Amino acid sequence: MNERPNAISMRISGEPVGYNAGALTPARALLYVVLIGLSLFMLAPLLWMVCAAFKTQKDMFAYTFLPYGDSQPTTQNFVDLFIKYKFGRNLLNSFFLTCTATTVSLVLASLGGFALAKYEFAGKKPLMFVMLATMMIPSSVLLAPSYELLVNMGLMNTYWGILLPGAVGAFGMMLFRQAMLSVPDDLIEAARLDGCSEFGIYWNVIMPVVRPMSGAFCLMAFMANWNNFLMPMIVLQSDSLFTVPIALSQTIGLTGDNQYGLLMAGTLLGVMPPAVLFFILQQEFIAGLTSGAVKG
Amino acid sequence: MPEMLENPVADIAPQKSYAAWRKQQRLAPYLFVSPFVILFTVFGIYPILKSLYLAFHCTNGPRSVVFMGLDNFLFLISDPDFRTALKNTATFAFFSVFLQLPLALGLAMLLNSTWLRGRNVFRFIFFAPNLVGQVFVGFLGLVIFAPRYGLFPRFLNFVAGVDPGIKWLGDESYIMPTLVLLSLWMYVGYNSIYFLAALQSVDNELHEAAAVDGASPWQQFWHVTVPAIKPVILIVVIMSTIGSFQLFELPFTLLEGTGGPNKAGLTLVMYLYQSGFEVGNLGYASTIGWTLTLILMALSLVQRRVSGAVRGNE
Repeated sequence: MNERPNAISMRISGEPVGYNAGALTPARALLYVVLIGLSLFMLAPLLWMVCAAFKTQKDMFAYTFLPYGDSQPTTQNFVDLFIKYKFGRNLLNSFFLTCTATTVSLVLASLGGFALAKYEFAGKKPLMFVMLATMMIPSSVLLAPSYELLVNMGLMNTYWGILLPGAVGAFGMMLFRQAMLSVPDDLIEAARLDGCSEFGIYWNVIMPVVRPMSGAFCLMAFMANWNNFLMPMIVLQSDSLFTVPIALSQTIGLTGDNQYGLLMAGTLLGVMPPAVLFFILQQEFIAGLTSGAVKG
Repeated sequence: MPEMLENPVADIAPQKSYAAWRKQQRLAPYLFVSPFVILFTVFGIYPILKSLYLAFHCTNGPRSVVFMGLDNFLFLISDPDFRTALKNTATFAFFSVFLQLPLALGLAMLLNSTWLRGRNVFRFIFFAPNLVGQVFVGFLGLVIFAPRYGLFPRFLNFVAGVDPGIKWLGDESYIMPTLVLLSLWMYVGYNSIYFLAALQSVDNELHEAAAVDGASPWQQFWHVTVPAIKPVILIVVIMSTIGSFQLFELPFTLLEGTGGPNKAGLTLVMYLYQSGFEVGNLGYASTIGWTLTLILMALSLVQRRVSGAVRGNE
């Protein structure tokens, strides 16, 4: 266990080289086996979900993964989902709500973060203090009064009732403030001398510089909004407004004769959009995830 | 309003432009924060203050409110359902911090081995379950743990001959293990990403020096690795505790909105939801919410103290 690559050669090439750096000792082989075994544990449920989505209830019991031989995989679950349960509507609702909420929070957080990072203005210190203080309060504390507020404002069973309370996260604004603090003031002064307006500075100077941060923020906001469950469940009442998680929980679920395949088909479709987006923005996401933790 | 600011030089007569120019500069930060501040006041600060008010009241639906004084909190202390929820939530948090995080750290150290090939592939595979949101993990778990049909009972039956008919979600003694297993699956890889990033920033020469001085791998771990990544450990422990204490979506979808048999899967936020939105007592829901806040604040204080004490010993 004490073999370590030669530190100097490693620093030069970035890769472990040298006498036994790449060699496969029994101990290392064992660790590879452990890692591959663990990987299978991680992937098996996902693979099984995909298979279950393409099986009938009868095949669900007869075959562990995909059916073969007498039975064939079927798309019947998806057909039922879209025809009987109008799942397309739920998907569209989720896309609309998620994209709107993500855009709104991106604009609010980046504009506000810019003001906090690069301007001095009356009330800045108290504002930041209040924001930091409220970040320590769990969001479930807001549930009851928000519900009351939405009832009084007549916003129950509307998307406003999800969008407006969802737009006030102080966390995103702090993230943007942090990223924008590192933009040199000279850059902003130069733009000002060239006749750029303050909004122009935000749009043409700051936003391009913090673009990686915006990517990570959008991905995180998209995932959070797509998976949002508690607030939509309280606010939304009519089927036609339901988002994917609410529809799966309220109308599809395991109603009637235990339709496992149907629920798995809906879950699969519900899991896909954030996963696809993650594949596209992977590097930015990992960077955004760990940036605060490691430096702090 | 942005249009006005976008191109001020073109719109303003040259001789007046300096004053207007200064003005838009002075006003800009206020315009930039005002949308957030307005929404934050209405949907952030007001509800927080209102929930403090509600915590001392009893409501029946949104319109009937009766002052209760401290009665809500007194009732809470002796409320058997609250105790069950607190016990379940604390048990879950305990396993998150003392089972899941050590495993995540071990995994990160494995992934940090210099000889390892395909590190990014493994890292991605372990992270993959986290792409499935908690709500969806609940739906997935509902089917994966289904007696006889589900993958998990079949797997256990295959490797250990365990009865595949066990009701993992219908038997009170199996609900917590199921929740812990699912959260392990979801969060081990996620947390190991934090640990891995921290481990990668530890200077390898420290290990070299310790090894030269004759430190065993175990001693190196306790005296080199752990002190070096302690800030990250503290952050991850605090985040996991906060996250665990707010557990809601996973058990809610997994147990189809109930707390499970004998409320074995009832968590604090689930109980808050039930009290506020099924029973209709928004006041009591707020009492539960503020109690949760106090618990979380006390726990992070303790965690910071403990980590400070450990640092003091070195």
